Amino acid sequence: MAVYERSYKRYAGDLSPQWSRFSVLPRYVYQDIFRSKFFLAFLILSLIYPLVCGAVIYLRHNAEVLEAIDVRIAEIFAIDASFFSQLMFVQIWFAFFVALFIGPGLVSKDLANNGLPLYLSRPFSRAEYVMGKFSVLAILLSLITWVPGLVLYALQSGYAGLSWATSNARIALTIFLGSWVWITVVSLMALALSAWVKWRPVAGFLMFMILLGGGFFQVIVNGLFRTEWGDLANLMRDVWIIWLGLIGEPGPGTPVWAAWLAVLAFVCLCIYMLNRKIRAYEVVS
Amino acid sequence: MDPVIELEDLSVRFGRLEALKSISGAFSGRAIGLLGPNGAGKTTLIHTLLGFYKPATGKGRIFGKDIREQDKAARSLIGYMPERDSFVAGMTAVKFIRLMAELSGLPPSEALERTHEALYYVGLGEARYRKLETYSLGMKQLAKLAQALVHGPKLLFLDEPTNGLDPPARERMIHLIKDIRDTGEVHVVLSSHLLRDVEECCEEVMILKEGALVYYKNLEEERRTNRKFLELEIRGDRERYVEGVRGLGCECALHDKRAIKVVLPPERTIRELYRLASEQQVQIRHLDYKKDSLQDIFLKAMEQPVGGGNGSL
Repeated sequence: MAVYERSYKRYAGDLSPQWSRFSVLPRYVYQDIFRSKFFLAFLILSLIYPLVCGAVIYLRHNAEVLEAIDVRIAEIFAIDASFFSQLMFVQIWFAFFVALFIGPGLVSKDLANNGLPLYLSRPFSRAEYVMGKFSVLAILLSLITWVPGLVLYALQSGYAGLSWATSNARIALTIFLGSWVWITVVSLMALALSAWVKWRPVAGFLMFMILLGGGFFQVIVNGLFRTEWGDLANLMRDVWIIWLGLIGEPGPGTPVWAAWLAVLAFVCLCIYMLNRKIRAYEVVS
Repeated sequence: MDPVIELEDLSVRFGRLEALKSISGAFSGRAIGLLGPNGAGKTTLIHTLLGFYKPATGKGRIFGKDIREQDKAARSLIGYMPERDSFVAGMTAVKFIRLMAELSGLPPSEALERTHEALYYVGLGEARYRKLETYSLGMKQLAKLAQALVHGPKLLFLDEPTNGLDPPARERMIHLIKDIRDTGEVHVVLSSHLLRDVEECCEEVMILKEGALVYYKNLEEERRTNRKFLELEIRGDRERYVEGVRGLGCECALHDKRAIKVVLPPERTIRELYRLASEQQVQIRHLDYKKDSLQDIFLKAMEQPVGGGNGSL
């Protein structure tokens, strides 16, 4: 079908592998979002704290530079589980704001103008569509959370030696798993709200409210029923308890398994919401 | 010719509503018109073949690929132009259609090349870098056609492609559909409630009524075998005259208040109809040779009782 011929011709060339088709979606979304200077600046800002932490690790192991000016950094900063927990606590907030910036428009744009039938009339399933949109957030949020976390862990291991790496392997596991719990929760929440709320600012506001409003809900439930199970309504707290459980530190009252269950229930709810909305056409029986 | 679409007792239900009722048949035309009044199930049939709705019973195959078990393989052969506005806001036509091509499996460079070709082909070459939401209705229809063509499908579903178009835009769309059909590289299923569109573009026609298939024929063959009949407009005692005409061995049907349709056997002549009229003092005001138009076929099909469809009347 050459431009000058102006007649229809079938395509007989090679096709991309089916498993890789979902990756088309993040590529197109990134083309758009990286045009925003604000977003780019925010992304750079989100990597400053890991850089500072990297500098601290460097200085911790090159203390002679500072000792020359009589500063004992080893006494100020200990590179341990708390150090990495502090890093990840900062990074998950950056991750949340990135999801808040991108997430609400991911699905709503396609739904607003009936774009879904065009996606789904191709050899492209609903699961691949969700996976494609999920990977938009998952890739970016990984760059902010567990990727710098593990890079710093590797840097510390490089300086401190294999014995430190093996005795603190739990930190690496916690950085990876804990980050993925957060990425999954935030990404699925953003997608589900984007599918149900077409107006982006409202979807963003709801994301904020689900995370912060959970705290108020927790206080109300605990106060009314004189229990501590209301803590489970606070997603931030649930993820924090999971984090503490992974890293092996004692958490507050709520058991770790209950926090896992609460997060799993929330993830299932998001998947259910997506399953209801991500359809070529809605059928009203 | 191998069937393009095969349906075996295909039914679709939405709650209590049976949207498609046990449709069976093998359809192999180069251009198949899908006709029916609003709510007849035309769009539901297309959506079911695309895998959007799960059949309650029965099976469907597209080029031999089962629409449930080999859904992706079947959809890779299909291009779909939906009835309603469908696009992704904020994208230029080039970006949108390239995205659609890549989702169909084309590598990025080939997708871009074919996107430009498809947009030039449908006549949007000069407007291809404009955002889709700025397009007029006619341009959006053409963009939808381009995205349906870009990956080079073997079967094209066009759902009401001329909806809302002004006459020149409609002409352009019909010309494109005929051009695509005439390349011989793709089969077209054209769903429309506009008989003229189907008559101009299609060689076969399926008529749906209340979710059932009530007619499937090759239009060309039908036209060839369609007997000529006479349409008479008379004044006088019509019933007595009709009785007399039947007495001559002619098939006869009352068309409306005044018109009568008459099929003359070879041994009878028109002169005998005039003679009978003269004897009965009936005036023949108008006499003309006619053939069943698609409208007649459609109206006849609408009179058919709805039962299990079998692909032909």
